[in-house]
Amino acid sequence: MADGLTRNQMAWRLGRDIAEGSYVNLGVGIPLLVLDHAPGGREIIFHSENGVLGMKPKDETDGILPDDLTNAGKQPVSLVPGAAMFHHADSFIMIRGGHVDIAVLGAYQVAENGDLANWRLPGSPTAPAVGGAMDLAAGARNVWAICEHTGRDGAPKIVRECTLPLTGPGSVNRIYTDLAIIDVTPDGLVVREKIETLSLEDLQALSGAPLTLANGWRPLEAPDLTPH
Amino acid sequence: MIDKQCKSAAEAVEGIGDGAVILVGGFGQTGEPMDLLDAIAARGLKDLTIVANGGGSGEHGIGRLLAGGCVRKLVCSFPRVPGSVAFEELYEQRAIELEIVPQGTIAERVRAGGAGIPAFYVPTGAGTELADGKEHREFEGRTFVMEHAIKGDVAVIKADRADRWGNLTYRLSARNFNPVMAMGAGLTIAQVEKCVPLGEMDPETIVTPSIFVDRVVEIPGGVSNG
Repeated sequence: MADGLTRNQMAWRLGRDIAEGSYVNLGVGIPLLVLDHAPGGREIIFHSENGVLGMKPKDETDGILPDDLTNAGKQPVSLVPGAAMFHHADSFIMIRGGHVDIAVLGAYQVAENGDLANWRLPGSPTAPAVGGAMDLAAGARNVWAICEHTGRDGAPKIVRECTLPLTGPGSVNRIYTDLAIIDVTPDGLVVREKIETLSLEDLQALSGAPLTLANGWRPLEAPDLTPH
Repeated sequence: MIDKQCKSAAEAVEGIGDGAVILVGGFGQTGEPMDLLDAIAARGLKDLTIVANGGGSGEHGIGRLLAGGCVRKLVCSFPRVPGSVAFEELYEQRAIELEIVPQGTIAERVRAGGAGIPAFYVPTGAGTELADGKEHREFEGRTFVMEHAIKGDVAVIKADRADRWGNLTYRLSARNFNPVMAMGAGLTIAQVEKCVPLGEMDPETIVTPSIFVDRVVEIPGGVSNG
């Protein structure tokens, strides 16, 4: 089986698809890695649900106390020139009101109709926690899910119907995995990119819903991002 | 002369009773009014309802209220974070009532409470189990869920600067829920890094106007969960 992308490479690849001028919210987990691998030479404004527009990776020389400025994962970040701060109600006006262009969210499951499940695992002894996921799923103009193609148990994360509790119905427009980039369309799931050496049949075998290969599909590639 | 300044956290939290609904600012420990929450815990109050984003993450603040057995119900979006030991123990023992609310819906329910709006419709949660049992209504071909306002008896918040009237500014993302909670309660208590003379704050930069604030206590530094 062909090797897939690492999480950092997945985040890097997603970042290449963010257009100049976009307002982009990053969920906790793999999505926050997009901040570290955002494309240079483009003005992209990253939104954090806790009241930040214009965050960038933490610069230890910025003089900001770690507790004064965090991302959604409560990790310290820094600000770009032009950044703005606001309170939580305004932050979710941006999210719920359709002002955020792209929300990047992690996923337990994505269904072929765009249903997203990413907040609760039934039977887990730990308490459920939803955070801003449902607001983002309902309100962002585009929702891009980013996750490994299959779970740790090998079960497909791309499914005909979600069996886990939904975060939002019909929310997801596009799925970025370690093996493929897949658009959610009215005609079903369309593979735009895949690992070149992985056949569609092999990718299909790892997926729980039918895939079709786009005309003009391209190889899914990312540079080696291992620190040297 | 109006002077909302208190001499200590203990004085600032006087008069809060058992069973109070307390709105708490903060996101993680950023902007969490830990000294005021510790002072409430020290009073040994019972049956409190806490409305906050999370369930605390250490021995101070919401974590101390929970560990001290002060809380009957937690209304929040994300109770489980590294360090939320007190919450997790109560949850495992089924010794706390938990209402999970999407983060933006908490903010808007509290905002509505402060704004005199009893209920409203949101798309958030439609088609999920968090909308079960709630009124649904179609607008422009889309399904929305009715949510009710939350009104606090007390709001406990943290800010950076205050004057004796209770005008407030914040520091970066330590603003988060604090200005929203400040508007949503009958009694709003703010712990601040520094009190400055009236007139020193630029009116253009005041985030929470004094009308929403009842008590202020200056606590430089303040406790932290590290």
